[in-house]
Amino acid sequence: MEIILLFLLVFMIIGSIIAIETKNLLSSVISVGVVGFSLSIIFLMLGAPDIAITQVVVEILILVVLIRATITTDNTAIEGPRDTFPFVSSLIFFGLFLMFAFFAVQELPKFGEPLMKVSKEYLRTGAEKTGATNIVTAVLLDFRAYDTLGEATVLFTSIIGAFVILRRKGRKGKAETDSEKFGILEDEDIKQNFEGF
Amino acid sequence: MILYFLSMVLLVMGLYCLIAKKNIIKKIIGIVIIEYSINLFLVLVGYRSGGVAPILVKGMQVEELVQKGVDPLPQALVLTSIVIGLGTLALMVALCLRMYEKFKTFDMSKINTLKG
Repeated sequence: MEIILLFLLVFMIIGSIIAIETKNLLSSVISVGVVGFSLSIIFLMLGAPDIAITQVVVEILILVVLIRATITTDNTAIEGPRDTFPFVSSLIFFGLFLMFAFFAVQELPKFGEPLMKVSKEYLRTGAEKTGATNIVTAVLLDFRAYDTLGEATVLFTSIIGAFVILRRKGRKGKAETDSEKFGILEDEDIKQNFEGF
Repeated sequence: MILYFLSMVLLVMGLYCLIAKKNIIKKIIGIVIIEYSINLFLVLVGYRSGGVAPILVKGMQVEELVQKGVDPLPQALVLTSIVIGLGTLALMVALCLRMYEKFKTFDMSKINTLKG
């Protein structure tokens, strides 16, 4: 079990190395797909089928969005020397971070033996209190329903934001197309075209 | 233990991609990798060895689920986090496409109109 998880995690790390370091943007995006789908397999093995399903769907959507961003644009690799300051400072920071993470991970509860003080109560009373046999949905939609409401708000706001940013015609552009489409002349056009009269 | 540490390594690689790369799409990919690693870490912390999914199937007693089920709380929160990640990704890609229309490039070092 743990061996398979380890193998999949190493596979994810290799995939993300390829995604980070390759020059072609399209192959980079597809390597992100490798990482996401192996993540969904890991979720399935960790006893989380709901998250695995969501991860597959979201991963497909992420691939569609990212491919839309790369395929219609200029796909050439960015040339030029690597900036030394971000490179060196990030290497130093990441070394320190990994060192501290190594010590912090020792303090966590061991893998396979979680602290479940609240969750045991959810598991025990979830079915009779909420009527849901799937405890994850009981937590999501009943015990912590405000969290889901906040999620819906964030999702709505971000999609509205993306829609507004990608909208091609504002109010001004609409007036221009009106004058082109229907031949309604603006004041300046009238002045220019009929100066002679 | 080693699994936790490897997910931390994944986080660090995403951060490296976010900081040191010049291409904006690469930066977005870095953010996506960070999201993956954090979600994975939270679900790993809630795993119980030999555990079953927290679903009450037919013929199963509640006490059996309490003894064997994995932690449902991180799973519910990670579910929220995954969907929010998709929303923010859509917003970021929209901003990048807009920026590409204006500057005709994805290179951050060429987009320097904010220089003081």
